[in-house]
This record gives sequence, structure tokens and C-alpha cells, in this order.
Amino acid sequence: MLAAIGVTTIEDLFDAVPSSHRFPKLDLPAPLSEMEVTAELSAMAEANDHAGDFAIFRGAGAYHHFIPSALGHIVSRGEFLTAYTPYQPEISQGTLQAIFEYQSMMCSLTGMDAANASHYDGATSLAEAVTVALEAGRGKRKKIILSPAINPQYRAVVRTYHQGRELKIAGDSGRADISDLVEMLDDQTAMLAVQYPNYFGQVDDLNKLAEKVHAAGALLVLVVNPLALGLLKSPGELGADIVVGEGQPLGISLSFGGPYLGFFACRTEYVRKIAGRIVGETLDQDGRRAFVMTLRPREQDIRRDKASSNICTNQGLMSLTAAIYLSLMGKHGMRKVAELCYHKAHYAAHQIDLLLGFRVDTSKPFFHEFVVKCPRPVAELNALLVEKGILGGIDLGVDYPHLKDHMLIAVTEMNSKAEIDALVDALKETIQ
Amino acid sequence: MSEPLIYDIGSPGRQGATLPVCDVPITPIPSELVRANLDLPEVSELQVVRHFTRLSSLNYSIDKGFYPLGSCTMKYNPKVNEDMARLAGFAQLHPLVDNEGAQGALALMYQLQQWLAEISGFKAVSLAPAAGAQGEFAGILMIRKYHLDRGDTKRTKILIPNSAHGTNPATVTMAGFVAVELPADANGDVDLKALREACDDTVAGMMITVPNTLGLFESHILEVVNAVHDCGGLMYMDGANMNALMGVVKPGELGFDVMHYNLHKTFSTPHGGGGPGSGPVGVGEKLVPFLPGPVVTISEEATGDEEAPLYAMTMPPKSIGRLKAFYGNFGMHVRAFTYIAINGDQGIKDITRHAVLNANYIRVKLQDTYKIPYNRACGHEFVLEGHFEGVENIHALDISKRLMDYGFHPPTNYFPLIVPEALMIEPTESEDKSTLDGFIDTMKKIAAEAHENPDLLRSAPHTAPVSRLDEVRAAKQLVLCCRPIPEQGG
Amino acid sequence: MGDWKVSADLKYTKNDEWVRIEGDTATIGISDYAQNQMNDIVYVEFPDVGASFAQGQAFGVIESVKAASDVFMPVGGTVTEVNSVLEDEPELINGDAFGKGWVIKVKLNSAAEADSLMDAAAYAAYCDSRQ
Repeated sequence: MLAAIGVTTIEDLFDAVPSSHRFPKLDLPAPLSEMEVTAELSAMAEANDHAGDFAIFRGAGAYHHFIPSALGHIVSRGEFLTAYTPYQPEISQGTLQAIFEYQSMMCSLTGMDAANASHYDGATSLAEAVTVALEAGRGKRKKIILSPAINPQYRAVVRTYHQGRELKIAGDSGRADISDLVEMLDDQTAMLAVQYPNYFGQVDDLNKLAEKVHAAGALLVLVVNPLALGLLKSPGELGADIVVGEGQPLGISLSFGGPYLGFFACRTEYVRKIAGRIVGETLDQDGRRAFVMTLRPREQDIRRDKASSNICTNQGLMSLTAAIYLSLMGKHGMRKVAELCYHKAHYAAHQIDLLLGFRVDTSKPFFHEFVVKCPRPVAELNALLVEKGILGGIDLGVDYPHLKDHMLIAVTEMNSKAEIDALVDALKETIQ
Repeated sequence: MSEPLIYDIGSPGRQGATLPVCDVPITPIPSELVRANLDLPEVSELQVVRHFTRLSSLNYSIDKGFYPLGSCTMKYNPKVNEDMARLAGFAQLHPLVDNEGAQGALALMYQLQQWLAEISGFKAVSLAPAAGAQGEFAGILMIRKYHLDRGDTKRTKILIPNSAHGTNPATVTMAGFVAVELPADANGDVDLKALREACDDTVAGMMITVPNTLGLFESHILEVVNAVHDCGGLMYMDGANMNALMGVVKPGELGFDVMHYNLHKTFSTPHGGGGPGSGPVGVGEKLVPFLPGPVVTISEEATGDEEAPLYAMTMPPKSIGRLKAFYGNFGMHVRAFTYIAINGDQGIKDITRHAVLNANYIRVKLQDTYKIPYNRACGHEFVLEGHFEGVENIHALDISKRLMDYGFHPPTNYFPLIVPEALMIEPTESEDKSTLDGFIDTMKKIAAEAHENPDLLRSAPHTAPVSRLDEVRAAKQLVLCCRPIPEQGG
Repeated sequence: MGDWKVSADLKYTKNDEWVRIEGDTATIGISDYAQNQMNDIVYVEFPDVGASFAQGQAFGVIESVKAASDVFMPVGGTVTEVNSVLEDEPELINGDAFGKGWVIKVKLNSAAEADSLMDAAAYAAYCDSRQ
């Protein structure tokens, strides 16, 4: 091969690199065999407190759910895993149809007209929703309202994403509830966003909200848990314009925070403004139904500096994962798993509320997470729980100073009654 | 026969996965919270498995064949990476465990940060960005914050070569800057004269890909870096083409201030039909405090031979902020870590040497059949023009579609924009000589067909699961969802 | 001359918009050369009726499968009418760029602004030079 190219050594091919900087030393370890690397990584993996060894009662944006066996087998097929982005649709119909089915199922869940193929996660989906809302206001409205009951990490990401533009963010500096947020609407507001169920697990009454937001000429954005939508009224029914959220509960493993799945769905009138890939149905030259990425001129490779977002690689395999999960669970399974989460969380809440010194907040309906006021600092309680193989809820006082000593507990279909009873017993012991 | 939609398979009442009966007392659910209707498939597990298995067979994939996609680095995705990412200790680890409960994961991330920094010659790395485009965004936001932190508010522009990948100018706009395009000179390098004229105190920095999107190493890279530094700007390198640089040159040593890596390109994590990827950023001294967070640091040094250090997540003091929830695409960090650990110092160097060898081999073998506008030693990829003098109406698109009939995925089409009918070819180091020779012979055959029987190209593909699609129809008659949506409120 | 038409009674911009001035009304569209470059047009994003734009300001977007191009005002004015037939039949721009494919009508700020534009001959030469 070297002869064909006309050089003597491979090094000759790098003459264009400045000689002063060519062929530096690489201070990396020596190569290892697969056996050795596997042993090393297995040891690193075991140095973590994972769900194989612990009962998980922690949520706050990442949830321990049942993943059907069939899912992993399908998703790890090389034809899906090692395929490229479907820019050549004739040889990518597998990926394209699966994404189209994912989009359709997300529309069904959320009650929206269209969904894109994915964003990086729930937080970035919300950040992109802000971009759409600002564009829908033709750049004239420069204020958005965020509920303080939206995941704090998501609100931080919105601020990171929009630090380069003139944007006023109102609503989340204190303890505003829905009616307080409505008071903030004016003719400068491009959007109002609330989380459903909110970060504290509660289901706010959103029935009149859309009317008020629309009266001010703004968009209503809901940040949702898609698993909860197996049970709860859809955002479409509630009048949402854009629905975003984290798709991790749909068959995606916890994986220390990523890769996850940002979903984005909206009403028809906003479809041409949204970022990310979208798959549409069409016909081929022989009249066969086929699928193709459409509305491509919006994307960065064509629109370049006028693109609304620079997103390119997204979370394709995770949308496939969600599509397979939703297919395996289906109409009935999604309802059942949501009900299991609801009943187990309410059982746990009731049992914990009976304990002296612990008070569960039942002021609003909740789905599978709830807030508990504790008689001792949450960090101390969790240290004691960890010794019993239990991962307790998160310390809300870290992000919400008025919620010092309050724990956010999540319960899912993965927590058996025995596990819940063990949690309650362990909490009881902490006050003895 | 097309594969039916999942909604058109199954029967009322079917459920694929099984769930246990509720083992706790039932709590009545307030009816006003509950949805009336849930429109999802009703299929058995067997039907789901068959449906998606059949769909998978319609795909091309690296596991199936050669993907000479320039700028995508479609190398083999080692299966051991998948097994490591699926270890329970990683896959079932909640991101909000207490610090002590994540020491294995943190140690892995810390080591990966160090290795990536070493490979490219940078001071520090953040693994936070979820993809290359997010890495770019982080890089430009860091440059912005660096200047603002110095009290310099005049810098509104970022310089970009006209051959840049579309994410570059899109990123610039997202960050609130104006993109200023620079032309290439006759050699395909950045036009130094135009660059020097553009450099002034309103320039925040420059984004450049090395090697560039023509696959060529900038002939005067040090002059480019100096020109921008001299006017007070910072240099950003798009690291998508790192496969051509490992063990050959360190961008940090050339003077770059910040760079993003694509773990799903250079470091073998699988493309998954469109992601997930991972786009860590590396920085020189100036930008260390501004890294997107959190990053993994050592909070307590190791004591004695046995003890490991205590790792922790930290937000850098002047961080541009959080780019997504949690810590980046950890599952991809595990895969990239495994890849680097297995390859080691020698393996990493060999990857680049063989990638560049393979690209040059194809280039010289095709240079008499196709026009190669900048025909000199290339990096890991090169660009040729997909048309023929004297042959009307044959475009790069037609050559691409005809390649499918021969069992190859087409190269990258119509990029970079500065070459007409561009076809960008990147073989990667994974392919052996026989695969490369097969591709070369096919490209020659197609060139002959273009002269003798051009209709074969124009009507291609013939053997793919579907023929050319009506993209106009797809854009005009938008069908993005197959279900009727019930009455919406609001 | 290439494969595109140039209409003699119109004025043209470097960005391939045309304008027809009748009294204080201007009709604006994109040229046959432009539609040829873009290929099948699939969507037109219109400004609001009543919105005002200065000469050279972007007022809308025309999308094809392979491009999404901003369209700029050849002369300044206030939008009085948009060609809503293009919502269902955007391909009219491809078929009849100077006639049925008109995009917006505006009430002119100043007819003198058209003086800086190219006439048909100058525009034809400009198109030839780009080939």
C-alpha cells in the first residue's frame, strides 16, 4: 500500500504537520487484553452502590423501573446499534420507521400533534422549548416564566443555554405557586412552564391554566414524566402548546445519569420552528410507503448560522428504546405500571406519616414521589439507611432552603411491599 | 412488502410485558386526575420482537458493511464496550447516590478526563457535553465568558472557514455571536490574507477543524493560531477529525485554547442510528475555570500504597454552567474508557497511522478516475468530485445511490460546500486492504457505468428495500404521526 | 442566457427578489433563477399583514427540500396582502415565479428606493456571471 501511495513509511504521510510538534509522546498505559480490561472494569463497577445491591427510594429526575428482558436484546442488535444517522433513507428504513412509531406513541401519550426524534435529555428539551417560544413571539417577547417546582437542574440548563441572549427569566426565585405565576403574565411573556407532576411529585390543578396563559398571548409548556401519563390526563387535554420531559422512565437504565432521552412534542403550528430531527411518511418511486427525515432545511447542516439550534447527533438509540418499551408495555401495561407506582407510593407515604416525628405533605395529590418532613437532617438519615442497603430520598434542603430537613421519596413498581416495610422500619429506628 | 406499523399489529387486550399484581393496599385515585383514553399498541412480546427484528433487517450498519462516511469516523464498535456499559454497577447506578457510593464511576470518569487531556495536550477536560454540537456550544460559551470576565465586551465575532461543518455557525448564533466566514485559498487552506484582515479587537475567537473538512492538514496552522492570538482572540478546534491526529500532534501544543472530542467518532462508541454520542471538551490553562460542570476532581489524595483517592463532582469556579441534567452521557464514557484501556499507548497511535494510510491508499487509487480538487497527502479522509466531464446530469447523489446496489453505504454527500458534487471518503483504520480494494473497484465500475449506461445510476438504488423517496411530498404533506389526536383543550 | 426567464418590466435585487411597482403598491416575489436554484418549493413563511419592513430587511422564508432561504425587501413598506394560495400550492413559485407565484404586496415607503435596484438586462447579466 505504501508503494502504491508513493511513500516509504507511514510517517511520511504527516509532512504537513509542523516538525516541531510532530509525533509527541503519549503518556498512556500499555495495551491490555479484553480479559484484563474486563476484570479492571468489573472491579470499578462493584465500587458503586447500585440497584443490584440496594433498595432504591430515590428519584428526582431518574427512576428505577422494570425493563423487560426483550428490550435489551432488540436494542443491542448490530443493525440498530451500529447504524448511522438515516441520511440515506433507502437503507435506513428500520431506524426511520422505528422513530416514526416513537413519534406517534409520544403524540398519543402527550396529546400533541407532532414529536421530534429526540433531544439530549429533559433539561435540554426545556431549553429548546424556550427557543421555540421566543421565535413564536417573533423575537418581540423577551420574558419567560418558570415554575420553581421545575427540577432545579433543568432551570439551570435553561440559563446556561440562553446566557448569550437577552432573556428575562421570572417566577422561580421564591416559592411561587400556580396562581402567583399567572399574576406574572404580561404582553412581554413568551411562555410559562410548569412541571407535571412537579419536582415534589405533586399533581397541580392545571385545568384553568392554559386559558390564562393564552389570554396573555404566551405559550404553555409542560415538563412531564411520560410514565405518569400512563395514568394522568394528557397535556393536550390540559391545553399545552409544547410538551417536554425526560424519557428515561421508558425502559432506559439509570446509568449514572446518561445517556437519557429528551422528548419534545408540540401542536402543529409550531412544527416548523422546532429543533431536532423529525421523521415523516412518504412514498418511494414505486409507490411503497416509506419514511424519511423531513423539514431538514431547519437543521444546522443546511440553515447553518440561521438554524434555531445546532443539534446534530441526538439520542437516537434511546428513542428506539422508548418505542420498544411502549410497545411491550402497550395500552394496558402503561396504565398498570403507573397504577402500581401510585399505590405503592401512597402506601409508603401512609406508613411513614404514622411514624412519630415524620410528616408527609398531602396538601396536593401526588403520583409516585412525595415530600416528608423529617425529625433529623436528611444526610444523617441517609447514612443510616445506606448501612441497611437502602438508598433513601434526596435532601430537598440543598436546592430549596425553606425545605431543610425535608426528604423527597420516590416509590416505583420495583419496590416490593417488603422493601417498603423495611424502609419504614429503618426510619422508625432512626428516632429511637 | 412494507413492514406494518406497530399500531397495525396486535389485538385488543394484548400486553407484551408481564407485571406483578399489586402487593400493597389500593388507594382510590381521584377520577378528575385520570385520562379517559390511552392510544398505545396492544401486542404480544413475540409480535414486538418480530416487528423490530424485521425493521432492523432493513438497515445498513457497520456490523453489516463498509461505511466510508467522511467526517463520521464509522469505525468498528467493539462488543466488549457494550458489555462493560451494561455491568450492573454502572447500568443500575442512580446518578444521585451519595459521593461515597459512586467512587467506581467517578474514578472511571476522572481517568477518562486525564487520558483525553493527554491525547490532545490539554490541561483539563469536562465530560459534561452530550454530543459534539454541545461540546462546540460549551467551547464558544467559554470563550464568551472568558472575555466578559476580563471586562472586554467589544468582541462580537467568531471567525469560521467556509468549509466548516454546519454545527459551527449554528453554535456561534446560539451563543450570541456573529459568524464571519473566511474563504479558502487555492490550496484548500484558510486564506491567511483574509484571516489577517479580519483579525481585530472585535474578534472573540476562531473555530477551525484540523485536519480541515477537505481532509487536509492546514499548511500554516501556527500562523493561523498566532494571527488570532495576536489580536486577543482564542482558538477553538473542532475535534471531529481527531482520528487523524492521535500520536501525531497535540492540538494543545499547537496553541489551541479549547477543543471538543466526539467519543462516537474517534473513540468507537456506537452511532445508534442517530445517537447517543458524547462531546467532552478539553481546555488550556486560560479556560480551566470556565469548564461546563460538574467535573470530577480529587477531593482527598490517596495515602499509602493501598488507598485510592476520594473523588468528587465539582462545579468549576467560573463555569459557564450546567449543559444537561447530571453528568453527561456516562454510558458512553464507560465505552470510551474501555476502548482507550484496551488500545493503550501503542494502539492509539496505530489507529491514526492506519486510518491515514487507508485514506491515502484509496485516494491514489481513484485519482485517475475522479477529480480530486486538492490532491496531496491527506489525513484520515479526502474529497473527490462526483461528476464526470462530458456526462450530463450525473451527480454525486446518483453515484451514492448506485453504490448501495453494490452493498456499500455511500460516502458523505455535498459536504464541504466549497467542492461541487462533493463526496467525502473516510475508510477508518478498521477496514483491511481487501475491503478497500473492493470499494475502489466498485467506484471505478460506477464511473464506467456513468459513461456507458448512466440511467443505471439515475434510477438507483435497485436492490435496496425501497427506491428513491419523494422528499418533496414528505415536506409538503407533513405526516409525522400515524394516530388521530383526540380533542385538545386550551 | 441560461435556463431561466427574466421579466422585462420588473426590478431585481442581488438576492434574487423582484418587485413590480404600480402607484404606491409594490408586489414582491423571487425570480425564476432563484426558484430554479432551490428546486421544489415546499413552504412559504409569510410576515403578518400590517407589519412594516425597511429596504433590505428579511420579511419571510421560502423553503425547499434542500434549502431554506430568507427573503429580503427590495423596497421598504407595510404589508397589505400575502399570497395565501401558496400555503396549499407553494409550487406555483416554481411554475410561475413572476406571475401566480408572487409572495407579498406592500404599501411603498418611497418609490425612489427602487432606483438602486437592477433592471432586467442588468439582472440577466448578473445571473449569467454566477454560472
